[in-house]
Amino acid sequence: MNAFAGSIDRPSSYIGRSVSRPNAKRLLEGRGRYVTDLVLPRMLHAAFVRSPYAHGKIVSIDIEEAKALSGVCAVFTGEDLASICAPWTGTLGHFSNMKSLPQVPLPLGKVMWSGQPVVLIVADSRAIAEDAAELVIVDIEELPALADPVQAMSAAAMSQELGDNICFATKLDSGGVEEALDAADTTVEQSFVFGRHTAVTLEPRAIVADYDPSENRLTAHHATQTPYQFQDIYSRHYDIPEANVRVIAPDIGGSFGMKLHVYHEEMAVVGASILLGRPIKYVADRMESFVSDIHARDHRVTGRLALDRDGRITAMDVDDVTAIGAFSSYPRTSAVEGNQVIRLMGAPYDFSSYRANLSVVFQNKVQTSQYRAVGHPIACAVTECLVDAAARELSLDPFEIRERNLIPDSSYPRTSPTGYQFEKLSHQVCLARLKSIMNYDALRAEQAGLRQKGILRGIGIALFVEITNPSPAFYGVGGARISAQDGAILKLTPSGEVHCSISVTEQGQGTETIIGQIVADQLGIDREKVRVMTGDTDTTPHGGATWACRGAGIGGETALQAARKLKANLLAVAGLILQAQPGELDIRADWIVETVTGQQRISLAEVARIAFFRSDTLPPETQAQLSVVHHYAPQGYPFAFTNGAQGCLVEVDAETGFVKILKHWVVEDCGRIINPLLVDEQVRGGVVQGLGAAFFEECLYNEEGQLTNGSLADYLVPMACEMPDIEISHVETPTRDTELGAKGCGEAGTAAASAAAMNAVNDALAGHGAVLTQIPMTPTRILKALGTI
Amino acid sequence: MSGKVAISLAVNGETIEALVAPRTTLADFLRQDIQLTGTHTGCEMGVCGACLVLLDDRPVHACLMFAVQADGCAVETVEGLTHRRAIDDLQKAFHERNALQCGFCTPGMLVSAYGILASGDEPDRDGIRDALSGNYCRCTGYESIVDAIETTARQRRQQMAEDKA
Repeated sequence: MNAFAGSIDRPSSYIGRSVSRPNAKRLLEGRGRYVTDLVLPRMLHAAFVRSPYAHGKIVSIDIEEAKALSGVCAVFTGEDLASICAPWTGTLGHFSNMKSLPQVPLPLGKVMWSGQPVVLIVADSRAIAEDAAELVIVDIEELPALADPVQAMSAAAMSQELGDNICFATKLDSGGVEEALDAADTTVEQSFVFGRHTAVTLEPRAIVADYDPSENRLTAHHATQTPYQFQDIYSRHYDIPEANVRVIAPDIGGSFGMKLHVYHEEMAVVGASILLGRPIKYVADRMESFVSDIHARDHRVTGRLALDRDGRITAMDVDDVTAIGAFSSYPRTSAVEGNQVIRLMGAPYDFSSYRANLSVVFQNKVQTSQYRAVGHPIACAVTECLVDAAARELSLDPFEIRERNLIPDSSYPRTSPTGYQFEKLSHQVCLARLKSIMNYDALRAEQAGLRQKGILRGIGIALFVEITNPSPAFYGVGGARISAQDGAILKLTPSGEVHCSISVTEQGQGTETIIGQIVADQLGIDREKVRVMTGDTDTTPHGGATWACRGAGIGGETALQAARKLKANLLAVAGLILQAQPGELDIRADWIVETVTGQQRISLAEVARIAFFRSDTLPPETQAQLSVVHHYAPQGYPFAFTNGAQGCLVEVDAETGFVKILKHWVVEDCGRIINPLLVDEQVRGGVVQGLGAAFFEECLYNEEGQLTNGSLADYLVPMACEMPDIEISHVETPTRDTELGAKGCGEAGTAAASAAAMNAVNDALAGHGAVLTQIPMTPTRILKALGTI
Repeated sequence: MSGKVAISLAVNGETIEALVAPRTTLADFLRQDIQLTGTHTGCEMGVCGACLVLLDDRPVHACLMFAVQADGCAVETVEGLTHRRAIDDLQKAFHERNALQCGFCTPGMLVSAYGILASGDEPDRDGIRDALSGNYCRCTGYESIVDAIETTARQRRQQMAEDKA
């Protein structure tokens, strides 16, 4: 495919152009409309009583005093909601033997993590609901908590129904690993710990559930990336016809994967709205977010690399134990991250013997699940740290060892030893570009000079491969009702403007902007004449929405094909009006023109006026089709893989363990770039989330399974004063699976930032006998590695 | 707890007389009682900066103040700053530089930036980064925000120089 008939070289082209986001203006004026802001007539407010224990048996719940409080409308416990809500189980069919306990909105007999919602209070205000929550007496008999993942693997099952605490286990073995390890000239082995962290969206989770019993209709104003998925879930689990469920996702204050999972609170609030027939609002406060939003990562990985005497990798062997919490999340499960970790290992490198062991383990903590760059940072850090360890062992420069081992850019298509099919990647170009934009040799010289003065600078690099544009191979084949296709409706207005409603969604990354660019570009009209609507299941076609870097690649292709379809219709009408062949006409700058000469014949507005209001002047039997609906499902490769390289420069203070991040570089290849400004800011935001994981962010638990730093004062997030400027360069290798050629870019930054940072810190500490293999690399851990404390 | 207190304050130039519960924060009062939802709450403990408003022209955390404490004061929010066109240049620079994504931190960022630039000094990048140390943004990685404030500071200095000339 990929006869890209785009118009990139045309002066009025919008594809490939940095343009600002029309919808950002209202956010800049405080006119955003977030779920958090929403007030509906007769709306009530929800608050939850949560389990103080990580594991326990519910002995009794006394709600009488809470119910009696003035302003309290209702108090619900497990049975109230379980009676109307079908339970959900977070497993996928293509993960064989995966298991997880069924979940209900509020627990029926046991609490499984500290912070689990147990009782729902509905009251006239949030303040009253919280007052009432303090009057509820929940008697829980505490049970031993599984807080350590490795212990959990062999400990007695936390629930009899499970048999053991293994949610999912799998092995990959391409063969030859043992032989390669035996024959290796050099082997390196390291054990890594990747801390739990969480999304910390600035707007917490929020929902206003509004059930109207007169029509058996549910409207959920829900801060989510995936309104269609929730339409399906609310319909099925509360037995409401799907067409009667409307999910509206208005402005969303950040999501990063966190807001596409089913949460007990949201399900409970929907159930309460059904029981009460009134709108109910729930907004998590920050303390609730820390104990109930999904967490991510929490991996313990041991990796081995075998190399020959020329420093060429011959085999890789990996064991990953990841702990997910008490339940696998729904509907995407908590096994996807581990699965991607073991399949992305070693992805940039040219070797064929690979073996991996994955154990996904239950424990008594809040669920982990998909958060930005799912699995990528783990696979990238393990691979890239091992490569650096091998380089140190062999006295090779980090660039040199990678140059020797990269999959050559000329050798695609390729299948990785883990089974991923790579259409075309550009590692060699990206690595060379990184070296150039870092001014690497000068950095090394500067480093050596400073080292003589006792200043420890470190330079780290990391290569990555990112999964984007997922086909049904991701979820659909496993039985999840999660769409891989998207749909768009394009409507011509009588003034010759265009309205586009599309199923990809906006959380600030610029989805509506790039869709508008593509539609305007393909139709040949001014971008200001295209209005894009997203985030409402009643007004947009059902689709996958925005996750896993699919908005530009799949949503963009949907918009492109839809626009071409509408253009053909408009040229057909114009041809009738002008008595010309449609094939000889084009639309440019809002005018119908002769393709060859560019001569303007009639304005699009005039075509629209005639078609809408004077159809009597068109030839008999003419039925002008002025709106089109178009769906697009990815074809060809199951995923469009992207790649890139990152560099990080740090300065480590060996006395205090503090690290100053001086600069970060990214070279990335997301295929066709629609809007360079937006791509760059996706990359920068992603990098900073990766640097947060590398240096600051960790959900700390004690042995009883209590989160000990669950507030924004205690859990450290990256702030402006700690972050570096980030230089970005692009390589464009369009996918040939689509006309547009775009792949994803939203996770590229996060994928390799922590790996580059780890290599930079270890480079700074080289010669001090210290190697860090745990993130976040806190001052304490650095001083411990140095033997100072 | 239950008895409401009468307060009188100026919000965005308009005098507001209201009865508020003593425990109502200024942030909740602005958002819920008078529907100025441009002010956001992200942590309710003075860490994230999403709730920053101007109190007598100085940035304060609206989540750390009770509404009753603002009695007799002049409060200005992003809506008021927008309406009196006090931050047109900042908003334009943020927009052109794409110095926002989800927009939830943006009103607080703009109030901080207003405070940074109010002195008339032209801070350098490190100075801007330091001054933003109480504003959390999860989306942008901060660089574009620093760029936008730096650009605005430079433009204002140039404008002042031109005005003098």
